[in-house]
Amino acid sequence: MDITRRDLFQIGGKLLVLASAGATLEQIVGAEAPSDAYKMAGHWWGMIIDIDKCIGCGNCVRGCSRENDVPKGYYRTWVERYQVEERKQPVVDSPDGAMNGFPPLKREDIKAFFVPKLCNHCAESPCVQVCPVGATFVSPDGVVLVDREYCLGCRYCVQACPYGCRYLHPETRTVDKCTLCYHRITRGLTTACCENCPTGARQLVDFKNPQDPVHEFLRKNKVEVLKPYMATRAKVYYKNLDGSVR
Amino acid sequence: MTIPGVDGFMYPNEVELQWGLLIVLYPYITGLVAGAFILASLERVFKVEAVRPTYRLALLTALAFLLVAPLPLQLHLGHPERSLEMYLTPHTSSAMAMFGFVYLWYLMVVLLAEIWLEYRADIVRMAQTSTGLRHTVYKALTLGSENVSPAARTIDDKVGFTITVIGIPSAFLLHGYVGFIFGSVKANPWWSTPLMPIVFLFSAMVSGIAAVLLLYVASMKLRRTPIDMPCLDTIARYLFYTFVIDFTLEMLDLVHRTYEADESFRSLDFMVHTRLMFSQVVVQIFLGTLLPLALLAATQLWRFTQARRRALYVTACSFTMVGIFAMRWNVVIGGQLFSKSFLGYTSYKVEFAAREGLLTAVALMILPLAILVVLVKLLPPWEERVISKSGS
Amino acid sequence: MIRPALVLLAGVGVFLLIRAAVVPKAFGQYGHYRPAALGLVRQHPLAYAGQARCILCHDGQAAARKAGKHARVACEACHGPLEAHANDPSIKPKLPDVADLCRRCHEKDAAKPGWFPQVATAEHSGGMKCTDCHQPHNPHL
Repeated sequence: MDITRRDLFQIGGKLLVLASAGATLEQIVGAEAPSDAYKMAGHWWGMIIDIDKCIGCGNCVRGCSRENDVPKGYYRTWVERYQVEERKQPVVDSPDGAMNGFPPLKREDIKAFFVPKLCNHCAESPCVQVCPVGATFVSPDGVVLVDREYCLGCRYCVQACPYGCRYLHPETRTVDKCTLCYHRITRGLTTACCENCPTGARQLVDFKNPQDPVHEFLRKNKVEVLKPYMATRAKVYYKNLDGSVR
Repeated sequence: MTIPGVDGFMYPNEVELQWGLLIVLYPYITGLVAGAFILASLERVFKVEAVRPTYRLALLTALAFLLVAPLPLQLHLGHPERSLEMYLTPHTSSAMAMFGFVYLWYLMVVLLAEIWLEYRADIVRMAQTSTGLRHTVYKALTLGSENVSPAARTIDDKVGFTITVIGIPSAFLLHGYVGFIFGSVKANPWWSTPLMPIVFLFSAMVSGIAAVLLLYVASMKLRRTPIDMPCLDTIARYLFYTFVIDFTLEMLDLVHRTYEADESFRSLDFMVHTRLMFSQVVVQIFLGTLLPLALLAATQLWRFTQARRRALYVTACSFTMVGIFAMRWNVVIGGQLFSKSFLGYTSYKVEFAAREGLLTAVALMILPLAILVVLVKLLPPWEERVISKSGS
Repeated sequence: MIRPALVLLAGVGVFLLIRAAVVPKAFGQYGHYRPAALGLVRQHPLAYAGQARCILCHDGQAAARKAGKHARVACEACHGPLEAHANDPSIKPKLPDVADLCRRCHEKDAAKPGWFPQVATAEHSGGMKCTDCHQPHNPHL
């Protein structure tokens, strides 16, 4: 049978309508699909810190402060400088949390080094345990966060944290702390502190990523967490941490 | 760069204290509740007849203080309007959350129920004999039941007894839990000890019993009624025994810490000798414990005239009240004055007219007394006594 | 005794009603918290773009940096937060003040590790600016 031009137009027209209907449908339904490529179950976040690389410049403190609008006088991360003399208590300072680095140390005859500190994002966090309402929690990908719309500001978690990383935000009157730049790491970026660290002393790690350098790092180096006897299963590992560090 | 008020090194976020004067006040108030209730239960459950004159007063005292107890907490919260969340989504691993239910249980099922059962006959009588607003109030309090037949009264007694029996461990739980809220914080070596709930409980009992004794003496003076001395002597005796146990426990904690001398010891010891010298050594131990113990022991060992005994009891109890407050201060504030790095100390300055300041604290301590006056007017503790005195 | 029990039950009833109305349905989905909190935290705006974005346009500087000792130093570590600039290049970032910037890392300090290049800047440059001799992206002389 002959296919006339008319037939072609008719079939073409119907196909066109179908195609555009399909495309429109795709727009509506398809628009929903790629909303969130980040899957929490595929990650377990932590950090590794190499003490021998930290130069106490305070870039991390400044970076964090700008990225997260940290209120003045409070610290989501800070750097401590230790001066350890034989058979004496260590002398420690952290001027404004090392926001502007440190005044230079002249003494050459003692052991001195810098220790960056932040929330350890403990897997068995005592701060989460004591929260009366569930305003602070460990996310499915291992980050300890605060729900600032739910927090009462009772500060029980501040008391329960062995590392002193929490504070009450003076404006929101809720508890605040390092979020491991959750808003960045869920977008494939690194934390503000790691981005700004000029020597790579601080590095964000993902334990669930088989290619992450953390696996080799932990296998090849002597590492420690802060206050291991607290058994909080802290996820910030320090390389070359001196025993005098509190 | 030195931070004012800080000696040595504190973690940067530790410099400012999180729990201040109001959080010191809170265990003090709940302690008075637990202590007053246990004194009341002495009569009801352990049949110590001598303290009967203070039974109703002790219950009302407990209620007055329990109603005020949540206020310091509310004033301290960053968002008091969200405090209902503790009941809506309580985190079962949090002692603070579960305490909310212990408080509610104690208030509703123990204290209010016991007071209602004890006063029911009087409430019905007063509902029937009063007019106007008072009548409405009493009618509401009867909860619709006006049955005061002997059979009903027997049931009241039986149920009241059961409630008191349940009430004693509930009172222990009420204040023991507050101790646990501190004692379970492993991050803080000044707080973290299994002894904490027990020490809190016994010091609560001491302060509660002392408070009821003082209130009883004050009430009798105001009503120009003679004080029942056997009652007072019995209360003082129980206060003495409880105090001895409390002192022993606190000394045990001290000796244990000093002997074991773990990592925290040097730092804590220094703190006690400097920043807590006045509040712990002078006020809590000497004026607040040893002095009252000596005065009470003296009354047990030697004979004194009634007037002298009264004066000794009142003095001892007054110092006790101050001493137990100092104990709460030393636990709460002391626990935040030292750094968790054990390398430094900070200071705490009480503000005067701020939300968590001295004025607020004073107002919160006066408020329960005002409530007590209202309760005493509404539910008189002694009319029945006067009636039964003339009857018996 | 029934009356107080009834009062108690009424109270419990009211409480349950409030609870059903106020607590978000999804509470407890991942743990004892509101799942919306995760979204709330993630909403926070960026301040730092991350060096991968800078390199997209500034490949010349990136190449120079890669060849030298500052290879591991991120762009924004010196230039400050530049998300705004990355989104809208017409927003010109302020170049950092050289004197403070270099000194922050390279001032001699006994606590800094031995391998790290550090100088007593007062003696080192005789008052000259660091950039008079050192090119910041590749500082080797």
